[in-house]
Amino acid sequence: MRVFLSTHFQSYTSGKGAVEGRGTTVAEVLADLERQFPGLRFRAIDEQDHLRRHVKLYVNLTSIEDLATPLNASDELHLLGALSGG
Amino acid sequence: MAGAKRKASTKTAKSSGGPVTVFVGTRKGLWCLTSDKLRRAWRLSGPVMLGCVVHHVRPDPRDKKTVLMASRTGHLGPTIFRSTDKGRTWKEATKPPAFPKVPAGETGWVVDHTFWLTPGHASEPGVWWAGTSPQGLFRSADGGTTWEGVPGFNENPMREKWFGGLKDQTPDGGKMHSILIDPRDKQHMYLGMSGGGVFESLDYGATWRPLNKGCAALFQPDPDPEYGHDPHDVKLHPLQPDRLYQQNHCGIYKMDRPTARWERIGTQMPKQVGDIGFPIVLHPRDPDTVWVVPMDGNAVWPRTSPQGRPAVFMTRNAGKSWKRQDAGLPRSQAWWTVKRQAMSSDTRDPVGLYFGTTSGEVWASRDEGARWAAIARHLPHIYSITVAQF
Repeated sequence: MRVFLSTHFQSYTSGKGAVEGRGTTVAEVLADLERQFPGLRFRAIDEQDHLRRHVKLYVNLTSIEDLATPLNASDELHLLGALSGG
Repeated sequence: MAGAKRKASTKTAKSSGGPVTVFVGTRKGLWCLTSDKLRRAWRLSGPVMLGCVVHHVRPDPRDKKTVLMASRTGHLGPTIFRSTDKGRTWKEATKPPAFPKVPAGETGWVVDHTFWLTPGHASEPGVWWAGTSPQGLFRSADGGTTWEGVPGFNENPMREKWFGGLKDQTPDGGKMHSILIDPRDKQHMYLGMSGGGVFESLDYGATWRPLNKGCAALFQPDPDPEYGHDPHDVKLHPLQPDRLYQQNHCGIYKMDRPTARWERIGTQMPKQVGDIGFPIVLHPRDPDTVWVVPMDGNAVWPRTSPQGRPAVFMTRNAGKSWKRQDAGLPRSQAWWTVKRQAMSSDTRDPVGLYFGTTSGEVWASRDEGARWAAIARHLPHIYSITVAQF
């Protein structure tokens, strides 16, 4: 599955904005990303398995918060830093 | 251990010279200032981690090469970076401080950021301690690569009562700070919490007790409560570890153990200045010499330089009298704040002092505060100033 990452996360992926992740749920794909890119998951998901305040996850065009959300092989996952700051 | 007379086993050596390195942690990255041997010329390098909030940077005095940095960004979660080459390169912790995951349906704690870092006792190379926001205590036994919560604090049934829970926190989150290790006894520790107060452990963090008597908490109805205070910065003198100082939300205090009562020593500060501030810095060899940076704690607490005229104040007699030190600092219309981690000293003779401002300036004195000069300007809001001499 294709996973798109905003610039906030690309220090973990050697600058790549899109990587491949494996899994049948969002949680499984995030676990696979953590195996490939250690440290990435905790910057996006807190210790209670919640999305951090300024991080958004989309499956295709739908915003999701439940990490148990099932995924199809044809889905695309977008992990984004939200607009905020100053 | 408190309550018993013990002889200090460590010496803060007077360094004979050599360059001084000042790590400047800011709201948007880390910079580094390096001096010549005379501390006259300074070279600014950086940024490192541009765009990341750097709450605290601590060099390791034990191996003189490791440096830890507590960081997060506005968007991403908290982490710790570790350098083993004096800050030239950095590697992220594989397991940063985090609270335990709670069962579904319960509300668990989440580390917003690591606020404070303290190297462990000299007898324990590789041990580090971290304080977080909200208040949590964490320990690393591998030089800062992996971190575990300290159950004696984090799972203490009194913890939320001590700091009032999440609703009572300071605007950018409650802070654990000032984790102090008695150089004579690694079992003996102190910590500060904003809010919560000063606490002491005699058993390596397994149990904690409040140590706040005598200290005002004007935001509470009880005139002398057991806990709930707001220490901003607590220091222990390395040569006389029974001497504690704190710059509190409600004044400047001193405690000489084995007494367990704080004595307010800021009452001799000029009335128009007051004794409110964030940092307190100790002379490395003279336990009676202390520096503070007062801020405006009147009315709605602007926390800026009083009257817009910044000054450092020094005592050489443990607070019996104070001397204003503002030579070289702006004379008017300078409305900055110096945060609690943003002032430090070296161990040279005379002692060098360094502070960073919320307006992004670093000021230095190489004569114990007699004269000041800006050694960097135009940096982001400064959170942390720490000194390495390696």
